[in-house]
Amino acid sequence: MSTLAANPFAGIAHMLSHPFLRYAFLAGTGIAIASGLVGYFIVLRQQVFTGDALSHVAFTGALAALAAGINLRIGLYGACILFALLIAALGNRGSGDDTTIGIVFAWILGLGAFFLTIYTTSRSGTAGGTTGINVLFGSIFGLSRSAAQTNAVLSLLVAVAVIGLARPLLFASIDDNVAGARGVPVRALGFALLFLVGVTAAQATQAVGALLLLGLLAAPAGAAQRLTARPFTAMWLSAAIALLSVWTGLSLAYAAPKIPPSFAIVATATAIYLGAILVTKCARVFRVSIAEPCPVPS
Amino acid sequence: MLGTGLTWNLRSDVHQLFEFHFMVNAFRAGTIVAVLAGAIGWYMVLRRQAFAGHTLAVVAFPGAAAAIWLGISVNFGYFGACIAAAVVIAAVPRANAGQTYSEESAVIGTVQAFALACGVLFVSLYGGFLNSLTGLLFGTFLGISNRQVVTLLVVAAAVLVVLAAVARPLFFATVDSDVAQARGVPVRLLSVLFLVLLGCAAAEVSQITGVLLVFALLVMPAASAQQLTARPAVGFAITIALAVGITWTGLAVAYFSVYPVGFFVTTIGMACYLLSVAIRYSAAYVTRRAPRRAVA
Repeated sequence: MSTLAANPFAGIAHMLSHPFLRYAFLAGTGIAIASGLVGYFIVLRQQVFTGDALSHVAFTGALAALAAGINLRIGLYGACILFALLIAALGNRGSGDDTTIGIVFAWILGLGAFFLTIYTTSRSGTAGGTTGINVLFGSIFGLSRSAAQTNAVLSLLVAVAVIGLARPLLFASIDDNVAGARGVPVRALGFALLFLVGVTAAQATQAVGALLLLGLLAAPAGAAQRLTARPFTAMWLSAAIALLSVWTGLSLAYAAPKIPPSFAIVATATAIYLGAILVTKCARVFRVSIAEPCPVPS
Repeated sequence: MLGTGLTWNLRSDVHQLFEFHFMVNAFRAGTIVAVLAGAIGWYMVLRRQAFAGHTLAVVAFPGAAAAIWLGISVNFGYFGACIAAAVVIAAVPRANAGQTYSEESAVIGTVQAFALACGVLFVSLYGGFLNSLTGLLFGTFLGISNRQVVTLLVVAAAVLVVLAAVARPLFFATVDSDVAQARGVPVRLLSVLFLVLLGCAAAEVSQITGVLLVFALLVMPAASAQQLTARPAVGFAITIALAVGITWTGLAVAYFSVYPVGFFVTTIGMACYLLSVAIRYSAAYVTRRAPRRAVA
């Protein structure tokens, strides 16, 4: 830590000499880019509530897999993707569906509490409780090498898919009627996007935890939307902000071990969003005062 | 779990249920909380503010965690955090239908994630209260003191009095905000007030169901009632009756089992909702009207 203060480059080299941090950075980079890109569309289509729902489903999926004695990731990806496709099947993006989504995910979360109890009571000691908490709040410093590599590869695939679909997806998100009339498969795109959101949610759960993945989905995209009105710029900016948040968060958590990495990541993303709001508010006041000078009484 | 176990004799079961004082308190607190959640939840579902409601519910977690860490009364933590979050969310203009982009959902999502992240931080700073952390998240009905019941009752009464005072204009503003505004109803002010009331309710309810499952008690009875009837007063009454029923049944079942009360409350709520959907569709079928057409 003293090296970090004295010489930043030596500090970073020292930080990256720990394998667990290298894995955290590897997985974190992938997850950040994927959630930044996916999050941009989620925020644009005002489907953040879907992300919220998925974060709870992720918990139940993971705990159900643990209670059944199979690999946690199978449950995680399975539950997230299934639920995402279910939401897509439920229909359009009107907020009228919020109640239905809410009821279903509240129940699924209750089911998660049930699985947590099964898992905890079937183990001795506090191992079960710790696992449950890890799923909820993330344990990016606990990733193994293979887990980090799988994560990075999957994130890369999600990112490539989003970039590939970006143009039609943007069209469908901004005006689905016109896009549909022009032959863009609006409904299929909705399914594809939610599938990608499901995968991203399962990925992000392993890094920042089920309950905090909204931070990576909503905050960078919200900030990017604030800072620019140009769609593709905003999309890339969203990914960049997510990346910056994860890197800063991981470094902060390394420098101050008392701070959990999940908190540091989400707090950085929130701070950037807050900064973006303040900057654009100030800019607007400034621009208005230039564009419309006070009428001088003559 | 605690008594001699469930028997076929219903009278002895009920006697067992109220054998211990903590269980009596749990039922008292559960009833207060259910009435409040039903009343506020009915408006929440009508106003389509499920996301805001869920976020306010979840914000109780960092509040409670901070209070435990600082060693102050948990009540301050619950209410302080929920009301603060309500004010932040109220500062963002609501999304209108037909608008291409609104920031509302991004802000609410960020508030929620940040609040939960703060909760993690406080838990980490406090260090090691893992068992009560699960209780905080998923609910516990053990060890509710008389004082706590009194606090719950006072706050619930205050919230309900305010809600009753603004009930009519709030309903008007909810159903048609443009016309209400034109008629001089302070729509924006009511919106802020409602979010603060929702925050208070969330803070109350989370002490029984746990912060992650407050939302179930807010949304499930109200959504079921709105499936069953279109009339506001009847729907309101059904909502409260369902909320109380769900809570009582959940507490009773949880008493005799090892699983958390939140699981039973959400599952019974889900069953109520599915049942009411089934009733609506079968009623539409009986009256020879296609259910689709009834909606349109």
